[in-house]
Amino acid sequence: MTGVGAAPTLGAPADDGVRSVPARAKPRSVLGHWRLYLAISPFYLLFLCFGLIPVGFSLYLSFHRWDGLGSMEYAGLSQYRYLLSDGQFWNSLTNTLIIWAIATLPMLFIALVTAVMLNSAVRFKNFYRFAYFLPNVTSVVAVAIIFTSIFSTNFGLANAVLQGLGLDQVAWLNTDWGIKISIAVLMTWQWTGYNALIFLTGLQTIPSELYEAARVDGAGPVQTFFRITVPMMRPIILFTLVVSTVTGLQSFTEPQVLLANTNNTSTFAGGPGNSGQTMVLYFFQQSFDNNDFGYGAAIAWGIFLVVAIFSIVNWRLVQRGEK
Amino acid sequence: MKGTRARGLTLHISLIAGVLVSLFPFYWTVVMSTHSSTEIFQYPPKLLPGSHFDENVHHLFQKIDFFGSMFNTLIVAVSVTFLVLFFDSLAAFVFAKFHFPGRRALFVIMMGIFMVPAQLQAIPQFVIMAKLGWIGSLTSLVVPAAANAFGIFWMRQYMKGSIHDELMDSSRLDGCGFLRQYWHVALPVVRPGLAFLGIFTFMAQWNDYAWPLIALINPDHVTLQVALSQLNSVNGTTDYGMVMAGALLALIPLLVVFFIGARQIMADLAKGAIR
Repeated sequence: MTGVGAAPTLGAPADDGVRSVPARAKPRSVLGHWRLYLAISPFYLLFLCFGLIPVGFSLYLSFHRWDGLGSMEYAGLSQYRYLLSDGQFWNSLTNTLIIWAIATLPMLFIALVTAVMLNSAVRFKNFYRFAYFLPNVTSVVAVAIIFTSIFSTNFGLANAVLQGLGLDQVAWLNTDWGIKISIAVLMTWQWTGYNALIFLTGLQTIPSELYEAARVDGAGPVQTFFRITVPMMRPIILFTLVVSTVTGLQSFTEPQVLLANTNNTSTFAGGPGNSGQTMVLYFFQQSFDNNDFGYGAAIAWGIFLVVAIFSIVNWRLVQRGEK
Repeated sequence: MKGTRARGLTLHISLIAGVLVSLFPFYWTVVMSTHSSTEIFQYPPKLLPGSHFDENVHHLFQKIDFFGSMFNTLIVAVSVTFLVLFFDSLAAFVFAKFHFPGRRALFVIMMGIFMVPAQLQAIPQFVIMAKLGWIGSLTSLVVPAAANAFGIFWMRQYMKGSIHDELMDSSRLDGCGFLRQYWHVALPVVRPGLAFLGIFTFMAQWNDYAWPLIALINPDHVTLQVALSQLNSVNGTTDYGMVMAGALLALIPLLVVFFIGARQIMADLAKGAIR
């Protein structure tokens, strides 16, 4: 919603040095700094109205039953208890994790290989960077529409290729695994180049002596990749893993647009059999299709908990990698 | 030497293969948007552009108010971009160059906001917007996005590195007040950082989907992404030529902005700025 915030910042807030401020800054009263407070106030006012109050309200809401119109009814922990036994929520959690696993892991591997190749290419470097970054610039809606046509059962390009190879057609957007694979392919296509460019910045910090030493010892490109590049890049690989986990676990637009016309009961259903319904899609379905705002808020906190657990696990891995 | 040349060739062939995969969906959009529905449903699929682009665009304009929704998107994206540039750089200037009580705490609070997932705020934001009477109007998109933590953090890092204390001191000796220091001293120095933030904000706003989908329930005020997705959800009989023509036209303004700013984005990416 805040747009640019989509790229989470995990880097440590660099030298937040109080000492860098020159000594001339005389200690003045809080009121004496009114210009400064006024200058930073827009962000905090917006945060208060559209950030802090909403978060507090959603906590309050999760303990109540509310359809958005009538009066709120206290429900205690019942909605959380229901969440734990809600098969559709667990289904959406499983879907999210499967899609994340088949999208993120291959994506990061391809991105790393691409970055290594980009790093050793001398010519056309800027052209390559530009071309690889372009998918990330494009709107997910346009991309999802394009992939809907590619994965269409009767005339889609994916099936035309299969047919050309003498294989059977696959009802991509109608079967359990077809749906998950389609979403994963879309995500991989859109984010590989972005991650490759992030990796590239890390590769440029590896000292070239290491590679020369490896070459002298007779190591081939594959050996060099797994013995030098991957270990040296461990912190940044884990960084991209953390970022793509946080964004991947909150995926919404990809499955929503890709599967919007495959199920006529709800545009948040995630296709036939809810096979592509991610946690956030389920949240939207309960909140805005069923107008069950109280339960929606409970789901949102459930998602928050899942993302937090995964982030902590990932963060632990990062810490260990940096030792 | 022969070995290295062969390796170089393999390298470029692999990289170009990657580029083709990367760019193919764009080409495919062009192909489909220039064919009629009957041509699209034929086997084998058409791989070259056809001649029905005009017709598809005509259908598109009949189906949705394309320019109306593009205009809405443009209003939102442009106003958010300017507001973000102004509010974020002003706050960043304060955080980067001034010392005041509570500075650290306020900064930490701001960084903490990153961690709160957006969907936690979606329902209450909707309720607040409804109470304010903003649901269905573009105000509901512009106001909450008018300042953000990412931009403040990004501009602060940029200003810390590029506005020297000597410059601040001499401008003060020359009698510059706070606002003149911001406007005449800080802003000209950080123009590249502003350009980067501006382009990214514009693109993010142009592509935003989830919140406009909720907040714009009045069909007079949909944004382009919402309008496009509505085309796609016509059950069963989607006119793909028309939809793809829409997707293609919606891309153009974005690509223009991206091409203009590409040099800046690539330079900042190379420095590892997007993190």
